[in-house]
Amino acid sequence: MSETLQGAGRPVPAESSWTPVDGRLLDVEDLFVEFRTRDGVAKAINGVSFSLDEGETLAVLGESGSGKSVTAQAIMGILDSPPGFITGGRIRYCGTDLLGLTEKQRREVRGPEISMIFQDALSSLNPVFPVGWQIAEMLRVHRGANRSDAREGAIRLMERVNIPAARQRVNAFPHQFSGGMRQRIMIAMAIALDPAVLIADEPTTALDVTVQAQIMALLAELQEERRMGLILITHDLGVVADVADRIAVMYAGRLVETADVHPIYAAPAHPYTKGLLASIPRLDQKGQELSAIGGLPPNLTRIPPGCPFNPRCPYAQDVCRHDPPPPLIEVRPGRRSACHFTDRVLADSEVEFDHTHPGAQEEGR
Amino acid sequence: MTDPAGIAVSEFGTQPAGEERSAGQDQVRSLWSDAWDSLRRNPLFWVSSALILVFLLMAAAPQLFTSADPFYGDLAVARQPPSAEHVFGTSSQGYDVYARVVYGARASIMVGLLTTVGTVVVGSVVGLVSGFYGGWLDALLSRIGEVFFAIPLLLAGILAAYLFQPGPGSGLVSQVLRVVAVLVVFGWPSLARLMRGSVLQVKPNDYVNAARALGASAPRLIVRHILPNAVAPMIVVATINLGTYIAVEATLAFLGIGLRDPAISWGNDISIASSIGLVRAAPHMLLFPSLFLSLTVLAFIMLGDAVRDAIDPKLR
Repeated sequence: MSETLQGAGRPVPAESSWTPVDGRLLDVEDLFVEFRTRDGVAKAINGVSFSLDEGETLAVLGESGSGKSVTAQAIMGILDSPPGFITGGRIRYCGTDLLGLTEKQRREVRGPEISMIFQDALSSLNPVFPVGWQIAEMLRVHRGANRSDAREGAIRLMERVNIPAARQRVNAFPHQFSGGMRQRIMIAMAIALDPAVLIADEPTTALDVTVQAQIMALLAELQEERRMGLILITHDLGVVADVADRIAVMYAGRLVETADVHPIYAAPAHPYTKGLLASIPRLDQKGQELSAIGGLPPNLTRIPPGCPFNPRCPYAQDVCRHDPPPPLIEVRPGRRSACHFTDRVLADSEVEFDHTHPGAQEEGR
Repeated sequence: MTDPAGIAVSEFGTQPAGEERSAGQDQVRSLWSDAWDSLRRNPLFWVSSALILVFLLMAAAPQLFTSADPFYGDLAVARQPPSAEHVFGTSSQGYDVYARVVYGARASIMVGLLTTVGTVVVGSVVGLVSGFYGGWLDALLSRIGEVFFAIPLLLAGILAAYLFQPGPGSGLVSQVLRVVAVLVVFGWPSLARLMRGSVLQVKPNDYVNAARALGASAPRLIVRHILPNAVAPMIVVATINLGTYIAVEATLAFLGIGLRDPAISWGNDISIASSIGLVRAAPHMLLFPSLFLSLTVLAFIMLGDAVRDAIDPKLR
């Protein structure tokens, strides 16, 4: 990653009061979020901590309901409240705790500093306005650009995200674009104000595979070009391998493993990660049945005692059912895992995921 | 799907079939231009708008339609059936019925339009606020609305019009505004409810969340993202209601508590024409104002229907 592009990272407006502390953009510390519903209190996030540096891509992985999207919403400050409440923790952006800011101050962070793209680009665009108008509105409202400048800016952004014939299509409506094009437009809106952090909440889930790759490539390119911190939320391990620098795996509102991207694919240190990786179809697995993780994620209103993964975990012992959930501790340099038996899992997966031993697949279940 | 955030997480987004429309030559089509397209093809729309146009013109410039003075009564020619001189005949007071009918359009149209504008403004503001902010504000506004909603419009109109009678000789505008005020006060809750419902439907959409995530303020969210997407049902119902308000005004006038002299109103004339003896002696006195009233109400309701079909074809 060369820093030479603009001399010093992204072009920050002169009046911006946000500068990263030691290159650290975002620091989430011991975050707790719960949803108070009629069926009880759903503990969606239970003590999540992670950080994001300039120019870094962090992939947050997990099943539906593991708290990925809620984490993103908590960072953005768009959690529906009620029923959602942040009950503990800190979200520091450039050293400032966002949770302590007023709604007005937070709004000044959303968009110019931290921005987000959503899963389904069709529903993320307002159907009654032309796409160019919607992009231009970002520039008009936040930058005070006049109509024609904002329009030109919108066209440039549309060209930047590789929309063909952007100038002719600036007045088209969202439904006139294909899924991939709509997601590009959403990305153009999200980067319109040169945010330092971009959160992409399952940006490719609604797209077909070839388009997925294009969108991921575009995101990686923009991230490189603008030195953005990128948080990529996904449940698709295949999507993140080429793009992410680090991976954080979530389960039932907790981080269960964090690591650099390559070690985690080579040898997962948590049984859950191991299960996720084992469920990816592989070329050397011809004719075999795919192994899936048995069972379902726990109901967040009734998270089982002990490690939340214990009912589905092949490694589970009594200690997993009775002791409080294991903390996320460093098991290797730059790797953290929250499991009582990390060493055993690591030892197993080093054998299992070592591709020179294709026979060693079955025992995982 | 146990995602507790309540964000719509469709696992299978809509996926258009690969091909994209060629840009450039195909013109921009919004929801509203689509609606206009289907409206244009609806004969109902043209018939009703033609009728409405005639009535609007009648209200704005009655002199174009008749040179007779609606206040000139000649008892010598009272109760005459239609003739070449008096095409709709004359009334029991010797007024020219045609002139009365033409001049009567102004009051009815004014009441209908102003009441509709009033209820739409009040109803949509209340509906937007209570739907968007929710919580105690919503509860409060909804309960207030329900209080007014529980009282039938006509009953409330009778009561209010009886309590706040106009002074003798007050002009058309002040009389109309009085009736409009009563109808607005008791008419807004249904529109507020409708608006609140569609706001609740629009609010959880991803684009509202996306706009919020990109830094839009609450007023901007309401005006730019929620209102344009939630306003369609309101337009339909308001158009239909316009006809209803005209009918209610006529009913009040018929009961002798709506508009009264010197204001000319179809309801008033119908009331006079339907007194005992006159129905038989001069049926044309009753027929023509009733016909015009029915046509106006019908025209607006037909227009509302056409607009509804255009905006939401599923309701057809």
